[in-house]
Amino acid sequence: MGKIIDMKDDNDAIDPQRRAFLGVAAGVTAAVTVAPGVLLHTVDAAPRAEPVTSDVRWGLLIDTAKCVDGCSACVDACHHENGLNLQTMPAEQAVKKWETQKPAWVRKVKLQDNQTGRMTTLPLMCQHCDDPPCVDVCPTGASFKRADGIVMVDRHLCIGCRYCMMACPYKARSFIHGDVHGQLTSVPRGKGCVESCNLCVQRRDFGQESTACVDACAAEGHHAIVFGDLKDPDSTICKLLNEMPSRQLREDLVLNTGVRYSGV
Amino acid sequence: MAKSVLTVGLVALGLVWALAQTAQADDMKRYVVAGSQAAKLESCVEPTELMRRQHMEFIKHQRIATVHEGIRIEKYSLSGCVDCHISYNAEQIPQPINQADQFCGACHAFAAVNLNCFDCHAAVPNGTPLDAAAMAAHDAAGVAAQVQSHRDGENH
Ligand code: SF4
Ligand code: SF4
Repeated sequence: MGKIIDMKDDNDAIDPQRRAFLGVAAGVTAAVTVAPGVLLHTVDAAPRAEPVTSDVRWGLLIDTAKCVDGCSACVDACHHENGLNLQTMPAEQAVKKWETQKPAWVRKVKLQDNQTGRMTTLPLMCQHCDDPPCVDVCPTGASFKRADGIVMVDRHLCIGCRYCMMACPYKARSFIHGDVHGQLTSVPRGKGCVESCNLCVQRRDFGQESTACVDACAAEGHHAIVFGDLKDPDSTICKLLNEMPSRQLREDLVLNTGVRYSGV
Repeated sequence: MAKSVLTVGLVALGLVWALAQTAQADDMKRYVVAGSQAAKLESCVEPTELMRRQHMEFIKHQRIATVHEGIRIEKYSLSGCVDCHISYNAEQIPQPINQADQFCGACHAFAAVNLNCFDCHAAVPNGTPLDAAAMAAHDAAGVAAQVQSHRDGENH
């Protein structure tokens, strides 16, 4: 594993010329012409007007060597960004139950090598599988993979059966058990649906550069998470994947995950 | 005898209620926020008659485009409804639009149609919460309730 080639859809091999052409075409609309022939590449901050395409595949690379034990900046940032903190423990519920049922799009997980005793700590979120088991089992088509590789739930269609939660090998999904109030405009969510990390899809569609967890980790000075386009050989994430050894968690399942880990 | 008095009473009560609802819906149905995008328009994104009968169809198709294809500049937008038709109380606190005396809520109460959109969608314009320091600054300036960041839809 580790070969970038793994990350392309079989029927969707990249044609470099097409990419170059698209680059130019996008430049015409989204970039500022500084001088003839010189394009200042800008991230188009305008809301998305065209359907997402498979020319990009979003992903994360997590360097577990940089992830700090006891830090939960990414988890807190995710809660803040997506309004997960709008839910609090129901008065009548036992703490233990709440701990297992509360919304968790990203969790801090500790791994121990029982032979050497080596501890690793890492953030675990939806791995944005290329071949997502959650989508396979969903009876309503609510779980789906966007063309740009983001796996998410269409809450209009979700019936709350939770098959996907059982199918996910990473325990990446959670279910909203109670009424939610005060939702954010950009993240509608409510009782009876399953949800999981969507790589800050609201940021993607408005041309922002990173995710809430990446920003928070960098703000703490840890820089353990890198976000980017796995199909763009010039992106930081691709260069890093080329340089350093990385793995998919549970690579034996051959899901071709969009989230990769190094140092595990 | 007693029974017919009761019936008459109930019918009268029902009529009063219906009248109140009609008046409320009448009051609310033309309501737009002063200075909002809608305030400058002759009608909403479609002619008023069409909007009254078809708005649910419009946003239903729009949701596929947004959720599955990531398109965020669709003409029909639920957060657009909220932005233009939200009202504020004397303290400048936005009133949830699905409340029975508000734009969506009043008509839905009149038409006796359940309104589920806002079980999940924000019923007031609500951006990502400000961090503590920014919130304190806005509080101090007395504008906390008005400060919203709009990220979900065209110009809202
Ligand atoms: S990690 Fe789980 S929720 Fe995410 S795409 Fe894979 S199976 Fe689905
Ligand atoms: S809980 Fe929702 S998203 Fe998950 S399998 Fe059932 S219908 Fe699909």
